Amino acid sequence: MSLPILIFTLAKIVVILLVLLTVVAYAVWFERKLVARIQSRWGPTRVGPHGLLQPLADAIKLLTKEDITPSGVFGLVYLLAPALSLITALLAFSVIPFGPVTEVGGVDLFQIADLDIGLLFILSISSMGVYGIVLAGWSSNSKYSLLGGLRSSAQMISYELAAGLSLVGVLLLSGSLNLREIVNAQTGVWGIIPRWNVFPQFIGFFCFLTAAIAETNRLPFDLPEAETELVAGYHTEYSSMKFAMFFMAEYTNMLTVSCLATLLFFGGWHGPTFGPAVLQAILPLFWFSLKVLCFLFLYVWIRGTLPRFRYDQLMAFGWKVLVPVALGNLVLTSFIVALWSA
Amino acid sequence: MYPLFFFVFATAAVGFAINLLVQRHPIHSALSLIGVMASLASLYLMLGAEFIAAVQVIVYAGAIMVLFVFVIMLLNAGEEERTDRSRLAKYLGMPLFLVFLVTLATILSRQFSPNSMVQFGDFPGHTADIGRRLFQNFLLPFEVVSILILIAIVGAVVLARKETY
Repeated sequence: MSLPILIFTLAKIVVILLVLLTVVAYAVWFERKLVARIQSRWGPTRVGPHGLLQPLADAIKLLTKEDITPSGVFGLVYLLAPALSLITALLAFSVIPFGPVTEVGGVDLFQIADLDIGLLFILSISSMGVYGIVLAGWSSNSKYSLLGGLRSSAQMISYELAAGLSLVGVLLLSGSLNLREIVNAQTGVWGIIPRWNVFPQFIGFFCFLTAAIAETNRLPFDLPEAETELVAGYHTEYSSMKFAMFFMAEYTNMLTVSCLATLLFFGGWHGPTFGPAVLQAILPLFWFSLKVLCFLFLYVWIRGTLPRFRYDQLMAFGWKVLVPVALGNLVLTSFIVALWSA
Repeated sequence: MYPLFFFVFATAAVGFAINLLVQRHPIHSALSLIGVMASLASLYLMLGAEFIAAVQVIVYAGAIMVLFVFVIMLLNAGEEERTDRSRLAKYLGMPLFLVFLVTLATILSRQFSPNSMVQFGDFPGHTADIGRRLFQNFLLPFEVVSILILIAIVGAVVLARKETY
């Protein structure tokens, strides 16, 4: 690898990281605004027009707050947990492609790393993400944190299975684990509807969406941080930037899941492209962002309208409904694919 | 570049393994075990076995160890209490271990010439090949193992439900 390519790649990583963190900050603003509208309020309005500078103010507030460490915590693990959460959340984003292959100077602009096992990489990284939450809960020396951590580990294991199983249908259709190839397998149209995986795989899509919402600890599955019963769950004892790291990790995970759903089920960056060359280069990015935004909207919409599950309901739903349905979808899909290719 | 990475991850794996034995709190031991598995996954990755590396992380580090940590947290297991160590192990442990290590190294180096070993980065098996082998050449062992796991699941459910009769 020559030096210019190395420098260019590093610059690309930094730019993507900055864009990602900005999007995460504005995802918080987006959620506050939208939930406020759903509840007939205004949401943030004071800092900047429409409260647009609110994320900046929040960042400064969180950075300058006093960092309190409660007594009796397990030192190293307590420090490690928020970092682990954020690192795994950001790492998962490194294989997400958000546009067609666009090489400038030998470097692909729209993806950090094109792995053959892209999807498995995301699954494995997200399966490591649970440790941040579990260890935070355990090391905080607080009963609410511990309960949050316990709930989280059981919930993650249960729903990871359903999420993984619901994706196998997509893999059967596209025959690859590479995210780019999965997207490219969805090019073209059937009559007037696009060849997106969501149409043949709608059962898999709903299983994946439900399991993914549960895995990102969002309402109606936010039992690990249920504020009405557990104060704030696993991050009760964290303050200042350590708390902010958990917060950023949660929104980054939301974003990764939205990107994944777009790539696997909604044809990624595919959409009508027209006009001059510059527009044709930008439109795929626009379609991708639009689809991801729809999923973020869905997240907030669900949060604004659905009440929280009870814990036994959550477990029963995961094991008795979601896993069997995903398994059934897998059997049905492999049957049809086998018949089709025979 | 590969030899450097190999020594980094190999040292990490051995270091975590030693830490696993030395730590007195079960959670710290469990965390060290996760470290061992992650280091091993990195080694697999350098050999080109991407699929095995990913599965190592998903299954062992991501699922089995989460269950371990869950059980340790649920039982609230405290620090282990050390008993007086066995005198036999104290004097004979280290020499016997070294003899074992030397024997193993000699046998391996005689059995395989350096040329026949897998080099970093040129592992021929891709994910599709693994699938093809698994479902064509080794279909029977694969199915037998699945049935074995199914029996284990049924057994676990039976044991867990016993009290309600």
